[in-house]
Amino acid sequence: MGDLVREVDVAVVGGGPGGYTAAFRCAELGLETVVVDDGKRLGGLCLFEGCVPSKALLHAAALIDQAGGAAELGIEFGPPRVSLDLLRKWVSERVVGRLARGLAAAARAKGVEVVGGRAVFEGPRQLRVEGDEPQKIRFAHALVATGSAPLPLAGSPPARERVMDPSAALALPEVPERLLVVGGGYVGLEIGTVYAAIGSAVTLVETTDDLLPGVDRDLVQPLARRVGSRFAAVHLGTRVGELVERDGRVEARLGGAAPQPFDRVLVAEGRRARSDGIGLETTAVRTDERGAIAVDDRCRTDESRIYAVGDVTGEPMLAHRAMRQGVVAAEAIAGRPAAFDNIAVPAVVFTDPEIAWCGLGEREAGRAGRPVRVAKVPWAASGRAATLGRADGLTKLVLDPESGRVLGVGIVGPGAGELIAEGTLAVEAALTAEDLAATVHAHPTRSETLMEAAAAFLRGR
Amino acid sequence: MSRAFALPDLGEGLTEAQIVRVLVREGDLIGEDTPLLEVETDKAQVEIPSPLAGRVEKIHVEPGQTVKVGEVLVTFADGALDRPGAAPPGAPARPAAGGPVPAAPATRRLARELGVDLRAVAGTGPGGRVTDADVRGAGRAVRPQAEGPPAASGRPAGARPLAPVGLEPPALPMFEQWGPIERLPLSHLRRTIAERMALSAALVPHVTHFDRADITDLDQLLRRNLEPARGRGVTLTLTSFLLKAAALALREHPTFNASLDPGAGELILKRYCHLGVAVATDRGLIVPVLRDVDRTPVLELARALGALARRVRDGKATLDDLRGGTFTVTNIGALGGTGAIPIINYPEVAILGAARAREEPVVRDGHVVPRLLLPLSLTFDHRVADGADGARFAADIVRRLEHPDQLLLEL
Repeated sequence: MGDLVREVDVAVVGGGPGGYTAAFRCAELGLETVVVDDGKRLGGLCLFEGCVPSKALLHAAALIDQAGGAAELGIEFGPPRVSLDLLRKWVSERVVGRLARGLAAAARAKGVEVVGGRAVFEGPRQLRVEGDEPQKIRFAHALVATGSAPLPLAGSPPARERVMDPSAALALPEVPERLLVVGGGYVGLEIGTVYAAIGSAVTLVETTDDLLPGVDRDLVQPLARRVGSRFAAVHLGTRVGELVERDGRVEARLGGAAPQPFDRVLVAEGRRARSDGIGLETTAVRTDERGAIAVDDRCRTDESRIYAVGDVTGEPMLAHRAMRQGVVAAEAIAGRPAAFDNIAVPAVVFTDPEIAWCGLGEREAGRAGRPVRVAKVPWAASGRAATLGRADGLTKLVLDPESGRVLGVGIVGPGAGELIAEGTLAVEAALTAEDLAATVHAHPTRSETLMEAAAAFLRGR
Repeated sequence: MSRAFALPDLGEGLTEAQIVRVLVREGDLIGEDTPLLEVETDKAQVEIPSPLAGRVEKIHVEPGQTVKVGEVLVTFADGALDRPGAAPPGAPARPAAGGPVPAAPATRRLARELGVDLRAVAGTGPGGRVTDADVRGAGRAVRPQAEGPPAASGRPAGARPLAPVGLEPPALPMFEQWGPIERLPLSHLRRTIAERMALSAALVPHVTHFDRADITDLDQLLRRNLEPARGRGVTLTLTSFLLKAAALALREHPTFNASLDPGAGELILKRYCHLGVAVATDRGLIVPVLRDVDRTPVLELARALGALARRVRDGKATLDDLRGGTFTVTNIGALGGTGAIPIINYPEVAILGAARAREEPVVRDGHVVPRLLLPLSLTFDHRVADGADGARFAADIVRRLEHPDQLLLEL
């Protein structure tokens, strides 16, 4: 190729949620914007190999689970027969494919061009695209949204056929008879839940003494109980020794025990920012020892023309944080007074039951020595929860004892991922317990538990 | 004992700079001339070196901040070098954050727009929540008379009024009443250009004298020597000849190589000839300066001009590249047009503008012959010179352009 150099206002590197949200906003603000993506598509890991397919599969798992539980109500289904081919096809075509086509259409409508290839920076003004559509792009501003990659098991080679990373596991290669899940974080729990529902005997190991380390125990407990009854075994405080592939099986040594055979292993031990190999060393962009790019509250790096959003800027690695950062970065590039000053970034674990939280946790407040009042409402008293046959939930508010301001919210129970939205709004907008208690909540819904928790706090003052 | 280091005087017209990067950290032991900070002035990005060796005790600025000349940038701990390896004396920690200020996202956005620090606002809402009214109240305190209605909330952060030039511009109408509008903040360079052009246009009575130079011979000379010059790594351009012709003519017309001191009632003649050249960049107009143009051979001028323009376009020009000019040349020929009246680069006295040279029919010895004519405009300060002075000065430039032998012999 010759020296074809095109000039754009904004070059976005990576087509995931942070990248496409930023690109769309840039285009809306009148900036000529291109997205460089290795797959020449918008959606990123989240849509194609992450959040979206995992939620689709969890929906399938919930159906199986509910059908099994229906016997209690006097409704009996036969044992489920799972066709992996049809399930895969439903996920890839009806769910992922449809959303991907929607994003591509939105890009066309907004005039955002998607270039296929790998982008490598050549200094603070230009990048080179390698691969299918080689070219050079000179930019007024660039936005790095290259995301993250799964960490391999410490001391083991990266994913092989039977040792899968989360992306490989979500492609549903088969229903392994025995699946070992390494890592008790939300990815391991979610994917473990799917495989347990479609018939695998799932063993989960976690190095620390808790599932979902760092999350308040009273929120984790209902999930831990349910996982205990659905999974074949859960080993906490246990390290995994060497994984040896032999005769179509993987032998794993869990803690000090003798090696056990598994048909497949999922390694879900966390993620690392993908900032290597994209030429950042030719710019003033700074990364920390974990590869995360340092940004200010406008998502600007140390190189004044280059911004970064999403997983590549470090924790929390969540698509919705990346999307908000994308909007902020786009507006900052366009000269608007934007800042990523958000107080509450909700986290949701889409297991059964779901766990969701935002803002200040009870544990976190204790560690920081910040005085708080906690108001809890168990769902056993919720009419709506009773009608669903699920009374194992809990709604919790973390409040400022003086002002009654909502500092944090935690919810466990079916639908917690949707319910947390009201809590997030309360924390973000600095609402008080009185605001929540005096707002009419539809009856009977689980959202009433937020109102009731607030009322409980006011009574106890 | 510690020593404060303030933003040094950056030279003519430059009173402030934006911090781009801080290159040292608190506690660092650094030597004299170690780069401390990178700042962007209205025209260049420059590194500010440390004036002394010592330990950085405190950094008072952060990237993005605009600082004025004289504002303290860094404090050095004194005598730190006497005990190398000693632990940094109580590394100053950032003030502990007292958690986020209770305010809704839209209120926080309003605070950013009005330049109000939320931490300094007392919230009057429930539970000490900061309301929009609290922020607006604090905003009015910041700017004693809030100009315009609160609907000015569309104002981008960092936008501030241009420096006044003596005349108060009348209030703008509410354009919103006729349709949607958008407000864009001016870049640092744009506002500098705006302020300096407004100052020059408002202060200096401009007169423009037009002329045309027959550069047929000069053009042939230039073309004949393009390749040999390129062999020496130099691109010969008409601009380098224009610079030379202007510099030689300035020797004979020193009042155009001067600055008026209205306060003293004196004309300051400069016994050096440093010419500014207008360079268009994607950031805006920048005028770097070539030194001693009258004493530099044309080939060398062309080489220096090429290198200078490249530094400017790459944003790598140093402050020295941009100051000290005595007269400016602007060649807009590449962009076409038949002529233009530039604004004088204050506090210089005059500016020479060249448009595109065109072949035109000229009557010579009773015959019509095609000749290459270059339209020129000389714009000057009528306080310093009169029309006749300008015409003579322009004629001496034209003569040299029409007789390249005289130009090259520096006659």
